[in-house]
Amino acid sequence: MSELSTSYPASGATAPPLAFYETTESHVPNGTLLGFWVYLMSDCLIFACLFATYGVLGREYAGGPSAAEVLELPAVAVNTSLLLLSSITYGFAVLEMQRDRQRSMMIWLAITGLLGAGFITLELREFAHLISIGAGPQRSAFLSSFFTLVGTHGLHVTCGILWLIVLMTQVAKKGLIPANKRRLMCLSMFWHFLDVVWVGVFSFVYLMGVLP
Amino acid sequence: MLAHPDLTTLIFGRLTLESLPLHVPIVLGTFAVVALGGLVLVAVLTYFKLWGYLWREWFTSIDHKRIGIMYMILGFIMLLRGFADAIMMRAQQAISFGDNMGYLPPEHYDQIFTAHGVIMIFFVAMPMVTGLMNFVMPLQIGARDVAFPFLNNFSFWMTVAGALLVMASLFVGEFARTGWLAYPPLSDIASSPDAGVDYYIWALQIAGVGTLLSGINLLVTIIKMRAPGMTMMKMPVFTWTALCTNVLIVAAFPVLTAVLALLALDRYAGTNFFTTELGGNAMMYVNLIWIWGHPEVYILVLPVFGIFSEVTATFSRKPLFGYTSMVYATVVITVLSYLVWLHHFFTMGSGASVNSFFGITTMIISIPTGAKIFNWLFTMYRGRVEFEVPMMWVLAFMVTFVIGGMTGVLLAVPPADFSLHNSLFLIAHFHNVIIGGVVFGLFAGITYWFPKAFGFKLDPFWGKCAFWFWVVGFYFAFMPLYVLGLMGVTRRLSHFTDPALQIWFVLAAFGAFLILLGIASMIIQFVVSFRRREALRDVTGDPWNGRTLEWSTSSPPPKYNFAFTPLVHDHDAWWMMKKHHYQRPLDGFIPIHMPLNTGAGITLAGLSFVFGFAMVWYMWLVAIVSFAAIVVVAIAHTFNYHRDYYLTADEVRRVETSRTELMARHV
Repeated sequence: MSELSTSYPASGATAPPLAFYETTESHVPNGTLLGFWVYLMSDCLIFACLFATYGVLGREYAGGPSAAEVLELPAVAVNTSLLLLSSITYGFAVLEMQRDRQRSMMIWLAITGLLGAGFITLELREFAHLISIGAGPQRSAFLSSFFTLVGTHGLHVTCGILWLIVLMTQVAKKGLIPANKRRLMCLSMFWHFLDVVWVGVFSFVYLMGVLP
Repeated sequence: MLAHPDLTTLIFGRLTLESLPLHVPIVLGTFAVVALGGLVLVAVLTYFKLWGYLWREWFTSIDHKRIGIMYMILGFIMLLRGFADAIMMRAQQAISFGDNMGYLPPEHYDQIFTAHGVIMIFFVAMPMVTGLMNFVMPLQIGARDVAFPFLNNFSFWMTVAGALLVMASLFVGEFARTGWLAYPPLSDIASSPDAGVDYYIWALQIAGVGTLLSGINLLVTIIKMRAPGMTMMKMPVFTWTALCTNVLIVAAFPVLTAVLALLALDRYAGTNFFTTELGGNAMMYVNLIWIWGHPEVYILVLPVFGIFSEVTATFSRKPLFGYTSMVYATVVITVLSYLVWLHHFFTMGSGASVNSFFGITTMIISIPTGAKIFNWLFTMYRGRVEFEVPMMWVLAFMVTFVIGGMTGVLLAVPPADFSLHNSLFLIAHFHNVIIGGVVFGLFAGITYWFPKAFGFKLDPFWGKCAFWFWVVGFYFAFMPLYVLGLMGVTRRLSHFTDPALQIWFVLAAFGAFLILLGIASMIIQFVVSFRRREALRDVTGDPWNGRTLEWSTSSPPPKYNFAFTPLVHDHDAWWMMKKHHYQRPLDGFIPIHMPLNTGAGITLAGLSFVFGFAMVWYMWLVAIVSFAAIVVVAIAHTFNYHRDYYLTADEVRRVETSRTELMARHV
């Protein structure tokens, strides 16, 4: 074969023969964190679609209330603080996890969950208020896209809280074994990701919405 | 809808006995045949006591090879359903002229063309492409399995659940009458109040979860699990195309999920995203769904470009011409596929500059694609080309796909598109690229890798019969549609008045009949090959004198794929090993880390099917219970930490020794 002489260096007398397989168990790197990160990016695209939808429909009031009329910044400021704070407390939990201090990690996780629950409570109150004044999601395309974007984020936070509870149970049962640490890191990414998305929602929907 | 929440409504929703199509003889007949076939199958499986075997070895299997094969079986079964729809449409259009209204009433005909499109794209092409990637790619990169074996099983069953929902719509209620992308306002609750569009939404949402997770899984597998030495530019071309396809899946399917969720909100919660009043904007839907839809085309065709590359190199006995340019062409197509979506609706009226932009980007895509065609041609040039069945499919593809590509460039010219939009010319074009590209490629891939999967080759005589019926049938079925499209005939019509058109439709129907013979030949081919399996047996593991790593292991490969992880030095890794007189290791085996089977995937997908069905029929109580069950089962599954085991070195030695003996007997 001419191909052999052109494409490959022939294993002559001087060169050692090539090895074609590993004789020991090869170490396969764990792909969970990469996989979860890729999942987050796909989730990010769902939010991108909802943001785009809001961008197109956000001023279609259809004779109903406008964003400036119904959105209340002070309440949202509290809301935002709770969520941003919960990201910090999750960070503390991860620091404790890395030092293998299970008890204090659990405390920080519990605080994170409570802050998240506070965020959800405030958001539900806002939704209930809007619906009560006749500004429900059916009223106009603006309100449809508003409720869907903010609601999808809220749904994610709710899932995060549920996941947090499950993980705390699993840590309580099994301790800080590598599998649990990996899961805690995934949830950490998820939680911070939701924080970043909320910064987008806060700026794009609330801050820009109340502009005239 | 919650005005009288009595118990019957909570459980059965709007599902009543009238929802069953007892008054439509065609559907009733189909149902009788399907039910009878199902009963016979269940009886046979029970008689031969195969349920336990199927459950243990297949349904709960997390082996990427078995999951790949199950994807292929799903795709083939759904191909039969999708083709039945196709031939019904061809028959209707061939006879429905003047006073003859044909045999299908319009509301039934509309369901058929919708179901045909949905099934062929989502439940034939997607499972087959995913199945081949699942089976072949880990073997090509020298891996023992995919990155997330359980997720792989779950993804497959979610796809099955979606397919089952589409099939259920045939017998309970009706399917959408909106065309395969369900544009609003036609798909809004006001225009389509029945269950059809809801079946569409939930089938695609459930299957979409599977597709997305499978995309993430295969992507991470390629990035993290390649054999030592296999750098990115030493990956086989099929693996490269699989990588790009999975990037596209991860970056496109969330858009479909989002847009279908918005449509569902419009239908279920009364929001106003795509309605014609209160500020809704239907063109939002069309834009969003094509931002998914155009990459989807490349999700299907890129892996088959990979198949053509592997097959051409193998049967030309030469390394692929222009490996690097092939890789870059694939990557360029991946990126460009996001910049062309608007060419599906130039007629929206977005203005000359926007249309020009999308027209030009569309034409640019033909450049990397053309480069690929030249690479395959130059691979064959001065090669010793062997005309085995897979290679024949490649040749048919090259001729057919170039024609389809050229009509595509015609359609990319906005002024031409204004007159050809939604005409049969378009139908002919996309069938030309999807059948001539994706389907022919899948058949090449199936014939090529079948011996790897089952240990014996497919019978070449019946393979050639299938080939000629399909290829000739394709030209008869779709070339007339180009003519009709140029004459101005639009798509989705169930009746015509101009008798001069009829001859073209009769020709097209004849083509569909030839394709029917092609499919029949394939089924005969499977049966004949199984009966002649001893004569067609592949004992070497390398029946075609292949070039990539999957041919270095036995056919079918052992559970663990490779007794020792291969070390890779070049992109035709196995070819190089053969040139260096590689000797199979016969001892020194070590224990192998393996994942454990689990029934969680099929359980979750079964519950998802129930949930989807309940949502379609407004069975709120069932929906809540099944959704809660999904959450509980998913959480319970995470409490299972015992997910792997070690295959002992003795077991590996036993398997490898039996292969050594088999090879020795057949020298």
